[in-house]
Amino acid sequence: MKLNVSISPHTRSRESTTTIMLDVIIALLPSVLVGVWVFGARAFAITMLSVTSCVASEYLYEKILKKPITIGDLSAVVTGLILAVNLYSTAPWWLPILGGAFAIIVVKMLYGGIGQNFMNPALAARCFLLLSFTRIMTDYPTVDGVSSATPLSLAKEGVYTPVSDMLLGTHSGTIGETSAVAIIIGAVYLCARGIIKPREPLSVILSTGVFVTLFSLIQGKPITLDFLMVHMLGGGMLLGAVFMASDYATTPVTPWGQVIFGCCVGFITALIRCVGGGVEGMSYAILISNLLTPFIEKLTMPRPFGVKKEKKEAAK
Amino acid sequence: MFAKTFKGGVHPRDRKELSADSPTVRLEAKGDLVFLMNQHIGAPAKPLVNVGDRVLLGQKIAEAGGFVSASVCSSVSGTVKALNPHVNQSGDEALAITVGNDNEYEAVPGFGEPRDYEKMSADEIIQAVADAGITGMGGAGFPTAVKLKVKDGVKIDYVICNAAECEPYITCDYRLMLERPEDAALGMKILLKIFPGAKGIFGVEDNKPLGIASLEKVCEGSERMSVQPLKKKYPQGGERMIIYAITGRKVNSKMLPADAGCVVVNFSTLIAIADAVAKNIPLVRRVVTVTGDAVRSPSNFDVPIGICAQELADAAGGFDTDPEKIVFGGPMMGAAVYTLDIPITKSSSCILCLKNDETKNTEPTECIRCGKCLYACPEHLMPIELKNASDRLDYKKFEDLGGLECIGCGCCTYICPAKRRLSQSITMTKRYVLAEKKKGAGK
Repeated sequence: MKLNVSISPHTRSRESTTTIMLDVIIALLPSVLVGVWVFGARAFAITMLSVTSCVASEYLYEKILKKPITIGDLSAVVTGLILAVNLYSTAPWWLPILGGAFAIIVVKMLYGGIGQNFMNPALAARCFLLLSFTRIMTDYPTVDGVSSATPLSLAKEGVYTPVSDMLLGTHSGTIGETSAVAIIIGAVYLCARGIIKPREPLSVILSTGVFVTLFSLIQGKPITLDFLMVHMLGGGMLLGAVFMASDYATTPVTPWGQVIFGCCVGFITALIRCVGGGVEGMSYAILISNLLTPFIEKLTMPRPFGVKKEKKEAAK
Repeated sequence: MFAKTFKGGVHPRDRKELSADSPTVRLEAKGDLVFLMNQHIGAPAKPLVNVGDRVLLGQKIAEAGGFVSASVCSSVSGTVKALNPHVNQSGDEALAITVGNDNEYEAVPGFGEPRDYEKMSADEIIQAVADAGITGMGGAGFPTAVKLKVKDGVKIDYVICNAAECEPYITCDYRLMLERPEDAALGMKILLKIFPGAKGIFGVEDNKPLGIASLEKVCEGSERMSVQPLKKKYPQGGERMIIYAITGRKVNSKMLPADAGCVVVNFSTLIAIADAVAKNIPLVRRVVTVTGDAVRSPSNFDVPIGICAQELADAAGGFDTDPEKIVFGGPMMGAAVYTLDIPITKSSSCILCLKNDETKNTEPTECIRCGKCLYACPEHLMPIELKNASDRLDYKKFEDLGGLECIGCGCCTYICPAKRRLSQSITMTKRYVLAEKKKGAGK
């Protein structure tokens, strides 16, 4: 009888990096499907190109540098999907390929691969594309043959998209951001599976609402329910709050840190939307907050169980 | 009553159904009995017998080797065959007394004679517990008499009987809850005699409703004893966790439970106390669960201490297929062994025989910073940071992060989706830091 000997514990949970990524993919599917339904087959093609580019980039990078191949953990697929849902379906074919390669190689792999990147790869790639190809990246598509601006750009002009449209997704926007219902289904799934905590998206959405209201009050603008709904449901808000402000690698792990992070995102978003000239602001808000993550984490370290605070003061 | 708990923890599959319904079977040793001298935490016991001596059932064959130590009593009558180092469950060797069983079970005078604990003073009770060689029977094996000798001026408000049995698979305490609840109540009354101002509370996880009902029945009508259901969650039976769940008081690594006004005693230990004080039977037997998917008929055995683990495995019908891993204790904190030629000690609660070693193919991958270890840690530590400090050999950072508070429960390693060996690294570093401190203090 040959027995294995190892240090305890002798049992492990069934969850692995791969199953977590699979759960995120499942949660993203409703948004992608609504995108394909609203924007047509082109949206599907863009999504596929983006995912393929991300996975291929990771594979080639690791192959060339003779590192272990890690595409099996599906995290590149998640990056590809998140990048795709952030693009307009009118994008040229090379845009998702370039974006995917940038996300994986520059933002993720060069910093050490999974878990080591300090910025959300898909979002960084989106901003890279936005700055490099501003005209293409802001060329929003038509819905039902009617060319229309996105809810947030309409809101800048004082026109508010009906809430029912924002829930269903029948308005202009990127592939995955238009349907609030689809994103919320994904969010509920992620929370139910324990992949993300409700405090992460909620703190982003609620704090955005609070800060937008605050800034508008200061500026003496009228605040209506429509106005608030557009800011809290429209544009990239929900998508960012659920899938990007809850990203593992680039947001704090501490419970209070996650709330503070969410409020940072909300504050910066409101600042860009109300005070600055930007329409969206969400991507930059998350990226800037990503940079604050190590700092926030340090501030919100949990106190070990039963160890009292007074001790530290006594030591001084 | 509402089930109480603590913050953190994990939910491994408990698999108690394998052996929970098997009534305890009394087993006598066929082979020699081996009494290890380090069955407890603290200084090893000192042998009182020599090779060739005849010993009796219940005879003290080794005495406590220090303040934190415990004596050892023989579980059979027979002749001392050897005084040799023997393999123990941690894979080391430790001094052991080997006794050849003469199958006569001739006991020392007074063995099993009833005693009226009501007439005994607190000191006499504690002395009886010490003479019986009682140690914690849940796993850690802290000498019980030392635990009961509370410093003057410390007021004990709660005597907590730890009947959580939160480790998966183990059912020995559960069987005793069903089979000997009166003795548990007797043990609790004895302890309450030592601590007149205290309440006696049985903390039981709510996955054992029959156990809770059984204990509630014996507590009925008592003003000082009660049963507190606890949520099924690992490590609910951790000493600090059960104290917090029941009393709301927090104990850290620099405190003893007594500093929070609590004395915590394992369920089997409580019955051993009842036997020792009221019946004059020292700790010579215990219930051991033999379970796992490799065992033909998972069982609970009442065995003499010192019996060879192989005999227990045979009594449970042997193995279907050769197990890949055998663990002394539960799957979360137990020790994997390479042989079954290991004697049962006072703290052996379970022999777990697994067909498949779940951990053999778990190569660690990069941390994805999901934070699950942080939410699972019952000590509210940051296992990722502790592991990083351990890997960098940064011992100061390790201490600053509260690494010494770690109770080694293994929740972080269990939950980690990247299969990183967090608790293993942290436990090693903690041991190193404590050893260095001891060295520093000795200078």
